[in-house]
Amino acid sequence: MRETGNYQPYSYFQLMEVSLRELLVAKGLITEEQVSREVQAMRGRTPERGARVVARAWVDPEFKRRLLANGSAACEELGLELPALKLVAVENTAKVHNVIVCTLCSCYPRMLLGIPPHWYKSRNYRSRTVREPRAVLSEFGLDLSQEIKIRVHDSTADMRYLVLPMRPAGTEGWSEAKLASIVSRDCMIGVATPKALPAPTAP
Amino acid sequence: MVEARFQPGDRVTVRNTAPLGHIRTPFYIRGHSGTIERLCGRFPNPEELAQMRDGLPALPLYRVRFLQREVWPDYRGSADDVLEVEIFQHWLE
Repeated sequence: MRETGNYQPYSYFQLMEVSLRELLVAKGLITEEQVSREVQAMRGRTPERGARVVARAWVDPEFKRRLLANGSAACEELGLELPALKLVAVENTAKVHNVIVCTLCSCYPRMLLGIPPHWYKSRNYRSRTVREPRAVLSEFGLDLSQEIKIRVHDSTADMRYLVLPMRPAGTEGWSEAKLASIVSRDCMIGVATPKALPAPTAP
Repeated sequence: MVEARFQPGDRVTVRNTAPLGHIRTPFYIRGHSGTIERLCGRFPNPEELAQMRDGLPALPLYRVRFLQREVWPDYRGSADDVLEVEIFQHWLE
């Protein structure tokens, strides 16, 4: 049994979750330990998984070709199993910038990027990204010239999307691990682009 | 297997209807025309799955590419900006 840690009453959906979970446990269909293990596994998946895929595509053109042709199969090559996830990798170029949204709910490649950020699920991001993507990107600090074509992907059904950002100049000769370190979650959603210098850390 | 009626490059229009139920075709794109970008595969019909049925036979699912300026008449941005949406075959004509 997990408490929420504060003394507010449960919300409707929290109550549904607790009721369903306790019923499943009481009926012996699942155990509390299995639930905890799954939650732990879910929290353990971070955007570093996606960053590994991007870094490999940057150093290995053949892998990149396979990734763009069949995203799920290419991830499996790296030992990243993506059950029930049909991954489509979309490539940023000097002429095209991709950005991902799910206007209907919050479809997200969790197996590669972990739990989605709150803003990804917000009505603001979901409704405006299809309507005025340049304004939304600008609010993320990404001002793209009119020369660059924006391609918005509304993730409405069974596919999940990963943006393959452009490898920044100044990263020649970097190791795959160092390259992966500059690929943030936001770069793979398409609301940011990787920079050769990592952002300075807060003091 | 349900046959795929469309090929990449085909011009299609999204049906402009509003049936009740769990529909994965966003309202904002209904009635608009675009181009088939790719066939994603065949997937159980989500409108049936939501009713606790098996959703079979699986239906062809496409990515359809729309020009932003055709979807939003007052769109501010490049004339070449596009929007891609996954749409099931029975929503296309």
